[in-house]
Amino acid sequence: MLANILRRFIQGIFVLFVLFTITFFLIKALPGGPFKSSEKVIPEHIREKIEAYYGLDQPVGVQYARQLKNIVRGDPGLSLRLEGREVTEIISQAFPVSLRLGLVAMFIAICMGIPLGVIAAWKKNTLMDYSAMALAMIGICIPAFVIGPLLADQFGRRMNLLPAMGWDPTAPSSWVLPALTLGLATAAYLSRLTRAGMLEILSQDYIRTAKAKGVGNARMLIRHSLRGGIIPAVAFIGPAFAAIISGSVVIESIFAMPGLGLHFIKAIEVGDSPVILGIVMLYGTLIILANFLTDLLGLWLNPRLRASR
Amino acid sequence: MHDVSLEPSSSLWKDAAHRLSRNRAAMVSVVALFFIITTCIILPAIPGLIQDPDLQNLPNKNIGPSAAHWFGTDHLGRDILSRVLSGGRISIAVGLITTLVSVTIGVCWGALSGYAGGKTDAVMMRVVDVLYALPFLIVVILLGKTLEPLTAQLTTGVVGWFSPTGSDSAAINKTTAWVEPITTLVPLFIAIGTLSWLTVSRIVRAQVQSVAKQEFVEAARSLGLGHFRILFRHILPNTLGPIIVYTTLTIPGVMLLEATLSFLGLGVKPPYSSWGILIDEGANRMLSNPWLLFFPTTFFATTLFALNFLGDGLRDALDPKSAKD
Repeated sequence: MLANILRRFIQGIFVLFVLFTITFFLIKALPGGPFKSSEKVIPEHIREKIEAYYGLDQPVGVQYARQLKNIVRGDPGLSLRLEGREVTEIISQAFPVSLRLGLVAMFIAICMGIPLGVIAAWKKNTLMDYSAMALAMIGICIPAFVIGPLLADQFGRRMNLLPAMGWDPTAPSSWVLPALTLGLATAAYLSRLTRAGMLEILSQDYIRTAKAKGVGNARMLIRHSLRGGIIPAVAFIGPAFAAIISGSVVIESIFAMPGLGLHFIKAIEVGDSPVILGIVMLYGTLIILANFLTDLLGLWLNPRLRASR
Repeated sequence: MHDVSLEPSSSLWKDAAHRLSRNRAAMVSVVALFFIITTCIILPAIPGLIQDPDLQNLPNKNIGPSAAHWFGTDHLGRDILSRVLSGGRISIAVGLITTLVSVTIGVCWGALSGYAGGKTDAVMMRVVDVLYALPFLIVVILLGKTLEPLTAQLTTGVVGWFSPTGSDSAAINKTTAWVEPITTLVPLFIAIGTLSWLTVSRIVRAQVQSVAKQEFVEAARSLGLGHFRILFRHILPNTLGPIIVYTTLTIPGVMLLEATLSFLGLGVKPPYSSWGILIDEGANRMLSNPWLLFFPTTFFATTLFALNFLGDGLRDALDPKSAKD
């Protein structure tokens, strides 16, 4: 187990290194540059001075080594777009918004998706199953940027139940619509995976034995089938978290939220490399962690995997 | 040669077709897809039937669905029906081309990895693991943006290739109008295509590994066939079922991604439109002019529904044992 964790840790470091390298050279290849925008023309000699100040005049290899050192130390340096602001400061302001949005969305997705899948499998080929799966298909097929404005219009403006826009960290009511919009697609996938997993388990002999012994429906579903049945859904939680965390870019622009996604889009527009690198590395780390936790959860749920390792 | 054993191999596809034809959702989906694709491709090609999607007509702006404009007009008086159809062409083209890129890479990578085995396999699968851990949408956005300068050169290049030297500017403009919507999307094809082949490669690898152990592969090897021929002529055709299923399921995913990127202003650029752009424009004005959101969303969602149901149906038909996910 310990060796396994160590192996995963080394693999994670390697993935982050590859991610850093890819991102660094993609930014270098971005058209234009932070101080070459067409809107505000900076005189040549001044631009050279600014670039020298940020070390952008050095050879690419030197810049690469410096950025890598900065990232390893956990401090990507100064933003090139927002003058005089540290990337760590930008991230520490905007990240809590994105993280909370992502976690609430994940919570909503799990609380909606898994029960829906269990019910659909239990009532297989009935109206309830078909409507649950139709609902899941809607969640998969209708993009978040349609569902978001529709929800905001219905619950925000017409029924006036929840704030239609903005983000207030102290008011959970303002989290509901963005998180619901973000979590819906994941809930849909989770419900399909749960249904498939539960169907597999419910067709096993030991379930028939349990039924024959007179175990009640609730006990049969929860005690006997759920643990095995949600294995495929749990395996999907890691990738789903990755999708949610990068998908928050879209949600933040729909609901006008001060999160990391908006910073990322703006940073890409101008090639603000410290900000881009900081955000990409943060997301990469989170995704690796989420995948690792998912695997641990899978091991705990499925004893057969433990033996084969 | 005994040709007794030839019969069962053809009945796999017959069985699958039979199972598929009994799946009502899948058959409705086939009809819906056929209808959408033909209207999007054929109607705009008939001169005089559909308006120019970019034709502005300000006196006629913001009118709801009517006899003259079935789907209404937008804030510049452009006809929504013709915009939905021409946008559909682009969305469908993006879906098909990107899926082709992604599935081609995935099939080759997975097949080589599964066939080679050993260290090659280990290294190739580690690459897949690494790419799996990247923040997908974020890297796609970055990659697409980086590749953007490519498009201007590509457009001129392709136009020059199509129109012979000495042709007049009108002819060149006409060719450009055909070529540009696709060439401006090349960064998107590459960005999405190069990052979305991972799941395909895993599926194909697993299939190839199991097929490669069978006797007919041994027989092919004993006949002295080369590795390339064995892999692509004898093993891959036997893994076609899962590949077809997964291709059908990749198209809607890619179309959704294109719409998302267009929504973020990183995909299709005006004046060209795709369903993603039209939905974005519609969502901005949905309170006053709901038809702007309704029609493109209906077309888009119907296409995605149909492709997903068809993919599910194909999976049940071609591989009855596999679990539904």
